[in-house]
Amino acid sequence: MSEVIVVTSGKGGVGKTTTSANIGTGLAAMGKRVVMIDTDIGLRNLDVVMGLENRIVYNLVDVVEGKCRIKQALIRDKRHPSLYLMPSAQTKDKSAVSPAQMVEMIGQLREQFDYIILDCPAGIEQGFRNAIAGADRALVVTTPEVSAIRDADRIIGLLEASDFSRIDLIINRLRYDMVRRGDMMSAADVVDILAISLIGIVPDDENVVVATNQGEPLVGNNTLAGKAYQNICYRITGKEIPFLEFEKGVSFWTRVSGIFHKN
Amino acid sequence: MGIRSFFGRRKSREIAKDRLKILLISDRVNCSPEMMEMIKTDIAKVISKYMKIDTESMEIQIAKTDARGRDKTPILYANIPILDLHKNAN
Repeated sequence: MSEVIVVTSGKGGVGKTTTSANIGTGLAAMGKRVVMIDTDIGLRNLDVVMGLENRIVYNLVDVVEGKCRIKQALIRDKRHPSLYLMPSAQTKDKSAVSPAQMVEMIGQLREQFDYIILDCPAGIEQGFRNAIAGADRALVVTTPEVSAIRDADRIIGLLEASDFSRIDLIINRLRYDMVRRGDMMSAADVVDILAISLIGIVPDDENVVVATNQGEPLVGNNTLAGKAYQNICYRITGKEIPFLEFEKGVSFWTRVSGIFHKN
Repeated sequence: MGIRSFFGRRKSREIAKDRLKILLISDRVNCSPEMMEMIKTDIAKVISKYMKIDTESMEIQIAKTDARGRDKTPILYANIPILDLHKNAN
């Protein structure tokens, strides 16, 4: 059975696209059939983060407008044969697609894929409505900053008002040194405020910048962020993975994950 | 104040957390500061019919009994100092 996951945040620049790329790649590396859809019409980026920008012929809007078949718009990943990307259009705007059209297209993709990952644009307007329309579950990405958390809370409220089977939180760019100094909210603080289940903590890691420069997601490699994304992938598939050693302090974390993984 | 400055500044982590908790409560109930001000004025008007209150220092806010409880019903707290309980008796 296929699962449609929207990666969303409200605020821009917190790591939705990086998260989408790494989760899509990680799930495909586990042998799953995965398609990532960039729903940010007018500001597409998932193609560059994946290093697939030179292979685009058709895009999401072409599919919706009937200019091509779904298969023609799907780009196969260079590293994983079971991973595909549906790029967004760069020259259209959000109103080029409607939520009903998204639902229909996703319905067709469900037959061929185990996971459909939707990279959502920032904001709560039509682009967001399009992205969440066909999704079963949501991954809300935030950073430990007041502005990002506030927007995440708004998004969670909107998702709860829609029909979502699951909403999980990813805390991105956590800096343990700052948390220890008392100058950054800890993952426990963020979970306490947002009150949804935590599915992953990604430390602030400069390797993410390097990986994006190269157009190669770092999931699964021997970096802190790579391991963190790998663990998120396992948790998405339902495996119980304890939070990593670096997610200090360990005993405290096990408790937190225990409390917030109930639903 | 004295004790706090003695032990060093308040950690920005705590400041952020406290600010967010208050901010999200008003965000979640979708209640603007203007509307809160109107509620405050109306409450003051009603109470003033029966007793003399300090409208300058009265405070109202919407809060939840449990900070973690997204599902908890929000509660409107009003803190109204009474200057004279027996306004009508005079």
